[in-house]
Amino acid sequence: MPDDFQQIKAQAEEKWASLASGDTPHIRVGTALCGKAAGGLAVIESIRRELQSRDIHATISEVGCMGLCFAEPLVDITMPGGSRVFYAGVTSDAVPEIIASHLVEKKPDPDLVLGLLGENGTGDFQDLAQHPMMKDQVRIALRNAGTIDPYDIHQYVANGGYSALYKAVTGMTPEEVLEEVNKSGLRGRGGAAFPTATKWSFLARSTEPVKYILCNCEEGDPGAFNDKGILDSDPHTLVEGMILAGYATGARFGYIFIRHGHEGPIERTQTAVKQARELGFLGDNIFESDFGFHLEVALTGDSYVSGEETALMEAIEGGRAMPRYRPPFPAQVGLFGKPSNINNVKTLSYVPEIIRRGGDWFAGIGQDRSKGTAILCLSGDLVHPGMVELPFGLTLGDVVYKVAGGVSGDRKLKLLQTGGPLGGVLGSAQMDIPLDFEAMAGVGAILGSGGIIAAADDSCAVDLTRSLIAFCQYESCGKCFPCRLGMTHLLEVLERICELRSLPGDLELMRKVGQDMQAGSLCGHGQLGFNPVASALRYFGDEFEEHMVNRRCPTGVCASERYSPVAVRR
Amino acid sequence: MKEGFRGTREELKEAIAAQPQGTVTVLSSLLAVQDAVGYLPGEAIEEVASYTQTTVNDVWGVASFYTNFRVDPPCSHNVEVCWGATCHVLGAMKVVRAVLEAAGLESEGDVPGGNASVRLNTCLGACSQGPVISIDHGLYGKVSPGEAGRLVSKLFDA
Repeated sequence: MPDDFQQIKAQAEEKWASLASGDTPHIRVGTALCGKAAGGLAVIESIRRELQSRDIHATISEVGCMGLCFAEPLVDITMPGGSRVFYAGVTSDAVPEIIASHLVEKKPDPDLVLGLLGENGTGDFQDLAQHPMMKDQVRIALRNAGTIDPYDIHQYVANGGYSALYKAVTGMTPEEVLEEVNKSGLRGRGGAAFPTATKWSFLARSTEPVKYILCNCEEGDPGAFNDKGILDSDPHTLVEGMILAGYATGARFGYIFIRHGHEGPIERTQTAVKQARELGFLGDNIFESDFGFHLEVALTGDSYVSGEETALMEAIEGGRAMPRYRPPFPAQVGLFGKPSNINNVKTLSYVPEIIRRGGDWFAGIGQDRSKGTAILCLSGDLVHPGMVELPFGLTLGDVVYKVAGGVSGDRKLKLLQTGGPLGGVLGSAQMDIPLDFEAMAGVGAILGSGGIIAAADDSCAVDLTRSLIAFCQYESCGKCFPCRLGMTHLLEVLERICELRSLPGDLELMRKVGQDMQAGSLCGHGQLGFNPVASALRYFGDEFEEHMVNRRCPTGVCASERYSPVAVRR
Repeated sequence: MKEGFRGTREELKEAIAAQPQGTVTVLSSLLAVQDAVGYLPGEAIEEVASYTQTTVNDVWGVASFYTNFRVDPPCSHNVEVCWGATCHVLGAMKVVRAVLEAAGLESEGDVPGGNASVRLNTCLGACSQGPVISIDHGLYGKVSPGEAGRLVSKLFDA
């Protein structure tokens, strides 16, 4: 009965409309990892207590991350028929006053309000859509983030969710779905930027009866939290994207691979899978068709390399997460020896909207070969750290100075570290480079999975490089000796540079080690392991020289007492 | 402080058998045991090997690979301090030092007596709130060294 979905949708829409209705206001509190770290859970408790003591009825929803992480804990209140009024940095102590002014006197206090979203304005408050952090965003994968309750599938359905799946399964052939993704120009957002439709076509071609769609949310890169952010905010967009990928490629099984320990994203994803199953969006005969898809959440232990595609398969199979030799490639011999396709969370999360609105629509956003948007995690010395979705083509300068509000604390920008620990650094003179896979790779700083860490001028480029290599050394899985020993060697050299006791020829030594790592490692961890050093030398060669020749650290960071976790780890 | 496993083998078997997901592996079983009893006692390695029909050696191979597994009984409190690149830029090293000082430790590990363990984490996933620490799985963002030290000291008050 194709009408089933329309019925579910109609009910979901009704439920959505009634969240704030009659005399029941709707209160949302951000409880993604950022919200929790800022104290969001305590704020919810305070709100509950305050409402109870005043005998006020309200719908309270835990939502994910709006992206305005700097403003967490972020609370917004919608009065029936009104706009969403946002309060930033809410503490438990501030809750009684907010409840009193907003819900009792019905006069939100302008001193406390950050801004509002929605058409029905409440007088003089700032339109949050015009906030510098929101203004330039084109929210596709993040369209529901911070707005819907990630634990409630109906809120996703009410906002257009699973409509793409319905459209595809009831009205498109798998080839048509693949062609739509092809037209969109979507490329992998995990780091390699490989065209998604091409990758899917490898799997679609295989006639093996058992094939797998795998989603990678290992996301161990310091500075990247957008995959977890999507799972925390809107896990159904990923689930729907995976089912669509299964439909397009003929795969009937999928795994979402998440690092153990991130309870929020894991629990929300497991709930989403369960709910999708209950409504018949997962399982056999989806929408009464012959198509069926089964999805499971698989957890890994702490190991950065388990995010590498073949190591990930080893981990799902339950072993040590070490990369495999290629060929054969995963599309031929992958998980449990079967053809497999691996995509990043962000990549798959775009797919529902691409199918719903068409590949041409997606391809119209962005520039050149970088279509659509970049989902960035902004962190470090910034006024507005957070998670944003920006069209390709904006410059890094726009990102830092407009979107992120510039450098915090009356300092100047020194560098951006992009693309995770295996990415690179850029100096403040490179801010005219656009967000673009090719343009960024061209200057030695990959876009990677979208982490951008800003460091102000009181940071030491050599010390930061040492910290990145310390991470890489700690996380080398140990399978290939050029990586295992090379990282250790690089770290030793960087430590003595930081300690102002470098030896003549140390730079040359690092370059040689780097070359060997690139030539002799099976996966990107070793192959790209020299990147952080190479790019730091490219833009901050003077600072290295100052440490090595004049024996001084210009910022004084290296001279101060340091604690090196790595030294302890060894 | 190192003592034998106080629970029963039945408890371990149950944790392994109760995994709700379809794909049960050595790794998933080890994670299930650690979630249930807080660490991997030697008995658990044997039980996992027997349940997954592999060898004790193979199970140890997996258990020793992932850095989140403990082989000693858990402490009353778990403190994790992030030293990822973002937190590093935002002053994580001072936070690390303050936490270790408050715990009376030279480096990461367990406090004698087992009241708390301090572990350095490569990324706690809340980079926009750095520096971040976690105490008993609760995240604390934008912590100063002083605050971090006070939070950890509190664990020793009671």
